[in-house]
Amino acid sequence: MTDNVQRVGLPDERPPANTVGPIAWLRNNLFNTWYNAILTVLVLALLGSAIPPFLDWLLIKAHGFDSTSPACRQDTSGACWGFIGEKLRFILFGQFPWNEQWRPLATIAIFIALLLASCDRRFWKPWFGLVWAAGLVTVGCLMWGGVLGLTPVENTLWGGLPLTIILSVIGLAVAFPAAILLALGRRSNMPAVKVLCVTYIELIRGVPLISLLFMASVMLPLFLPNGVSIDKLLRAQIAFIMFAAAYMAEAIRGGLQAIPKGQYEAADGLGLSYWQKMIKIILPQALAIAIPPLVNTFISFFKDTSLVIIIGLYDLLGTAKAALSDPLWRGFYREAYLFIGVIYWIFCYSMSKYSQKLERDLNRSHRR
Amino acid sequence: MATETRTAQGASVPGGSSFSLSDPTVRAIVYQVLVVGAVVLVGWFLISNTLDNLARRSIATGYSFLEREAAFGIGEHLIDYSPKDTYGRAFLVGVLNTLKVSIIGIILATIIGTLVGVARLSSNWLIARLASAYVEIVRNIPPLLQLFFWYALVSDGLPPVRSALNPLPGVFLSQRGLIVPAPSDDPVWKMMGIALVVAVVVTLALRFWAKARQARTGQIFPVGWTGLGLILGLPLVAYIAGGAPVALDMPVLKGFNFAGGMVISPEFFAILTGLTVYTSAFIAEVVRSGIIAVNWGQTEAARALGLPSGPTLRLVILPQALRVIVPPLTSQYLNLTKNSSLALAIGYPDLVSIANTTLNQTGQAIEGVTMIMGSYLSISLSISLFMNWYNKRIALVER
Repeated sequence: MTDNVQRVGLPDERPPANTVGPIAWLRNNLFNTWYNAILTVLVLALLGSAIPPFLDWLLIKAHGFDSTSPACRQDTSGACWGFIGEKLRFILFGQFPWNEQWRPLATIAIFIALLLASCDRRFWKPWFGLVWAAGLVTVGCLMWGGVLGLTPVENTLWGGLPLTIILSVIGLAVAFPAAILLALGRRSNMPAVKVLCVTYIELIRGVPLISLLFMASVMLPLFLPNGVSIDKLLRAQIAFIMFAAAYMAEAIRGGLQAIPKGQYEAADGLGLSYWQKMIKIILPQALAIAIPPLVNTFISFFKDTSLVIIIGLYDLLGTAKAALSDPLWRGFYREAYLFIGVIYWIFCYSMSKYSQKLERDLNRSHRR
Repeated sequence: MATETRTAQGASVPGGSSFSLSDPTVRAIVYQVLVVGAVVLVGWFLISNTLDNLARRSIATGYSFLEREAAFGIGEHLIDYSPKDTYGRAFLVGVLNTLKVSIIGIILATIIGTLVGVARLSSNWLIARLASAYVEIVRNIPPLLQLFFWYALVSDGLPPVRSALNPLPGVFLSQRGLIVPAPSDDPVWKMMGIALVVAVVVTLALRFWAKARQARTGQIFPVGWTGLGLILGLPLVAYIAGGAPVALDMPVLKGFNFAGGMVISPEFFAILTGLTVYTSAFIAEVVRSGIIAVNWGQTEAARALGLPSGPTLRLVILPQALRVIVPPLTSQYLNLTKNSSLALAIGYPDLVSIANTTLNQTGQAIEGVTMIMGSYLSISLSISLFMNWYNKRIALVER
């Protein structure tokens, strides 16, 4: 009897080809309806006609980093990377003395290392502030020189990527405490303080950054007592700080509003003073919530530093534009803008990815 | 000790003469007096310095310079302008140019942004990826860099006027921008404009009447189709009634430039394209998050009620998505308007660039900067007032 019972199962049938595998994927994701099929074909045709010529220009027919301007002008079918090869150091470091350009390079490295380390939540401790302070002092010494046998360099010669990073990072660092005070002031129940903070925040947010830069470059000298003058870089930095403080204050206010009222009441119930309550109970929670919007503020701030070109400073965009004004290399704007566009993009994209990841992590800990 | 003081203070009659810093009301007043005092002091310091500096450089303050002759030309103007006009009129030209680029930019960015935002949610993998790539590339590159690129594309990438590209008869592409034939002057254009306004007014009245009738009797009137017919039909009727003129003002190359036709300058093209592309990436994200925010159950419920897909979208999904979309959309509109000030960098004569020329010529720095700030503040305020009104209209009505 038992012999008739089949003990071994049949080998599994392969699922039909139209439910798994690449064909099913194509059917589900590209050709699931008739209009999607038409769209897919149209987009493929478009990409097919745009990408090969672009790659041709970018790589295949391109002139190498050691090519010269006349050679590039003779055959214009490819990109001229000789422009970047020739102007690389000028675009990255501006007019910083040629032999000393390891200093701005080291500055960039320090900033990137600090920013990367700041992404790790294990370092979100008070002592890390000291690391930042030490980093900023080192950067100051490197850029200005005049100590440890470094040749002094006027800050009118600073330019390129270090200037972009310095303007945004220092602006952010100085504006942060001011932004906390403004956000607290905006939520204060003292009418005079509240009105002052609201006016400041809304005034700054209502006008374009250019007008603040103008104010810093043409009005600030009038505001100062006779004989006192501050240089262009510091004036731009002041405008950036004023601008950043208002935007960051709004991000922090969002965090403050997300704290349940019970936290305030519990702190009051413990008999804590206003500052004890804020520093020990409210701000640590509010700032953690506000970090993703703060990172987003920093990204837009980083992009906005390119505006200093309007008041005559040479940040990354400014040096690229100056390099283009060299008669020998005029007209190679595609290469120049593509190159610095990629640099800006790497910075901004990685920060925005980080901010999204952080948001997810924080949400996870909230959901529990 | 502390407890004693507190009891003593607690026992004091409210409004009594006792003055103590541990009384929160007193403390608040003291703090506010200190803060306001500090602000006033700093303000006074700055103003007195300014007055001192102005006197030293013998610059007269005030806005009387607006009456003086500007003596500089402006490439693009919506109202009549010549260098003989006053600074005030020049500034007005700038304000109108800013409004022009902002309004067109807002409309285009909303259309493109909505399309890209919807495309990012498409079930078509390729389209969704393409839309994501667009958003991620555009969002992460400074707008000024994008403006420079668009501007260079036209002013460096296109041939000079003499060898202008001529893709269609009467259409010229050169470093001077895009030149297209314009309809010649005819009273019929004015008539069509009036017809359009009448059609819009009649449609609005019709909508009001149809709503009231539906509330009273339950009968539905197809306002959408009638309105569309009116808005397209009435101007068409006016056009035919006016003799259907077909004469075009063709651009012709005369000397070093084109005469006649309608010109889209490289500056306007660059600022408009730059602002539209940059802002549309942000609007796409806003639209996407608004659509995701509406629960799928809403669509299912609408289907279960037997609503076809059109009304489902119009009556169920959109009203809820708009509630999420409108506030961030407002701030994107404000950003676009403020970013239009980047026009200065490529030479489009917006209000900042004209105010800049003015303050360089006259030395009236304070007046120039306050005029820029004042204009933007009023534009920002009007946009946010309008959007707040709209937001309130579509907000959830809670019992």
